[in-house]
Amino acid sequence: MTSSLNLWLIPVLPLAGAAINGFLGKRSSRRAVSTVGLFFAGAAFAWALAVAARVSFPHQPEFVAHWIRSGSFTVDFSLYLDQLSLVMLLVVTGVGFLIHVYSVGYMWDDPSYYRFFAYLNLFMFFMLTLVLAGNYLLMFIGWEGVGLASYLLIGFWFTKDSAASAGKKAFIVNRIGDFGFLIALFLLIKHFGSLNFDQVFQSIAPMKPETVGAGLLTTIGILLMVGACGKSAQIPLYIWLPDAMEGPTPVSALIHAATMVTAGVYMVARSHVIFERAPSALMVVAIIGTLTAFFAATIGIAQTDIKKVLAYSTVSQLGYMFMACGVGAFSAGIFHLMTHAFFKGLLFLAAGSVIHAVGGEQDMRKMGGLRKKIPWTFWTMTAGTLAIAGIPGLAGFFSKDEILWRAYQASWAYWLVGLVTAFITSFYMFRLWFMTFFGDYRGETGKSHDSGTHGAHNSGAHDGHGGHGGIHESPRVMLIPLVILAILSVLGGYVGVPGSLGGSNHFDKFLGPVFHASAPADAENAAMGEKGVSEHTTEGPEPETAASTELMFTAISVLAALLGFGLAWLLYYRSPQLPVRIAASLAGAYQTVVHKYYVDEFYAALFVKPLIDGSTRILWQGVDRNIIDATVNNAGDAAAHVSDEARHMQSGNIRSYAGWIAVGSAVVIAFMIWMWTQAR
Amino acid sequence: MVASYVPLSYYLLLSGFLFACGVVGFLIKRNIITIFMSIELMLNGVNLSFVAFAAHWHALAGQVFVFFVMVVAAAEAAVGLAIIIAVYRTRETLNVDQVNLLKL
Repeated sequence: MTSSLNLWLIPVLPLAGAAINGFLGKRSSRRAVSTVGLFFAGAAFAWALAVAARVSFPHQPEFVAHWIRSGSFTVDFSLYLDQLSLVMLLVVTGVGFLIHVYSVGYMWDDPSYYRFFAYLNLFMFFMLTLVLAGNYLLMFIGWEGVGLASYLLIGFWFTKDSAASAGKKAFIVNRIGDFGFLIALFLLIKHFGSLNFDQVFQSIAPMKPETVGAGLLTTIGILLMVGACGKSAQIPLYIWLPDAMEGPTPVSALIHAATMVTAGVYMVARSHVIFERAPSALMVVAIIGTLTAFFAATIGIAQTDIKKVLAYSTVSQLGYMFMACGVGAFSAGIFHLMTHAFFKGLLFLAAGSVIHAVGGEQDMRKMGGLRKKIPWTFWTMTAGTLAIAGIPGLAGFFSKDEILWRAYQASWAYWLVGLVTAFITSFYMFRLWFMTFFGDYRGETGKSHDSGTHGAHNSGAHDGHGGHGGIHESPRVMLIPLVILAILSVLGGYVGVPGSLGGSNHFDKFLGPVFHASAPADAENAAMGEKGVSEHTTEGPEPETAASTELMFTAISVLAALLGFGLAWLLYYRSPQLPVRIAASLAGAYQTVVHKYYVDEFYAALFVKPLIDGSTRILWQGVDRNIIDATVNNAGDAAAHVSDEARHMQSGNIRSYAGWIAVGSAVVIAFMIWMWTQAR
Repeated sequence: MVASYVPLSYYLLLSGFLFACGVVGFLIKRNIITIFMSIELMLNGVNLSFVAFAAHWHALAGQVFVFFVMVVAAAEAAVGLAIIIAVYRTRETLNVDQVNLLKL
């Protein structure tokens, strides 16, 4: 294709929006701010659609500008478009645009309205840079940029202490992951002399899989995974994501559910050439993903804050994506990424709508019976809940089923944990659903919500409209994105119906050229590898014989989902007093789960406290005060002291001056005589 | 030739003696006028060594230099005595140990 697609427009449009709103928004009306914000986000989406319509693969990387040229090492601003980045592009711009629309309604009463839209657009710019980057360094720029935008938006209500510290926590935890990412980049530069995707993957392609031991590729893979763990909230770096719920709800939907947190999955999928040749690194990815999926899901059971449940659910679903990548089913991972963007974006927005309806309350124990009062929210949220729970026919079912099937092909252990997680997922989602929409309303009938443990949340946004007339449905501008996302959550899965269910898995075929072309040269050898990361069985067209087995597994996972629904129905609808008794009888275990396994406390004791103590005692009081400050102060004191002594020489007594001159001359003369004798 | 009868070292010894007298006088005397005279004594001690060398080496530069020194000394005496009078008028003393305001 010779004609340029002008890919650079896609990230630059939101940047322009961010600049306009950021610099001029303070003096503009809300209407103008939202017009600018929506126009540039929508334009990016429109251009992405135009690109999708016109592109033909393989597409040459689009060169935008020179950046670094140092000897043979070059890094340019170049944009890379293949099927993978196209999927991400459409998800990010599409879901992003919908969330922009939603934010118009949700943030309308916020005093810093313009700032919110400037940040959202800025986030879109960085995320699109990340997705479209043609080399790892540009990707890293986007990577850091979304981290910045995330920090700014988590701490959007920065006057609230918890929001400000949640922002810091997100930034610092991400920094740990970025460290691994950076080291991986340095290794790539050192061994391949390039960071361009094309060049790096070309030089890696002929390499054999490192089946025995850990070599260069395994090291790079694991370091990349460390980076992905930070950004995508995997064990052990997931702790920032639940705290990130301090941000406004549209932010949680856009950044902490639909797009940014999936950047790690995207990065791993993008680097699949490396991972395919490093089975041990892949195994690390799979194990981390599986553990995270299970671990986060169990925490989700006991949370009472509606957004926290969704946050742990997000962590858990991201774990699924990594599990998929880890067993070599990259396209299944990306498929789940896409459907997850739809239904989790929807769930967060619907949760925002619920919070909006009850005047800023986030505690599910104070909700209930909202089904009739906010029907639109109820029905869209139902779609999202069914989708994430894996009820057949909805988006989440197809993608999750695909992942579980691939996981089973790698090892039954992944499948089993994944299945249990699917059951827990279904349980906690229906628990949320029942607690919010069924039973009796348990909140205060008055509008003024108490400022107890959760009442303070969102106060920034909802102080303004806490008082208008009890529980009410959200405005239309918030409902339209909900409806569109609900439709996508229902229908989005049909692009990738697996073969065994009568589909032809278009999605897998569409991504095929990205993931298949570069499979390891001797695939036989890879199949012998510990985990059977063999592209030709896991990623290729499925063998016919497996179809019935796969159907059976599908039935099992559907059963798990229904079981979760049933349990939630029993506990939270039929006999709502039961959970309390169960919790009481399991006091120890229950408390552990409620406190999120004390991981935050554990990290605080293991890392944070020693760091603070070390900084205080050694670095501040020891090094800074006793060495650096002391050196400077003592030098100054000494100079003052010596000068004080020396100034007494100027006594005003002329005869003492004369004496000094005489002595000085005598010394000079004596020295010269001595020199003269030496010279002879 | 006069120079051949009196050796150079005699002149230098006398010159050094005069200079030393000046130095000692400067250090031990308290009266400004005496100190001033001690300075003149030192200058003339040096002048003597200049002319002695000039005569010994048959070099005119030393002789010329002495005239310069004398001119400067005369100018200095004019300024210095004026300062001494001014000091005496304001402080009513000529004791240098009491004229010690210029200090930190």
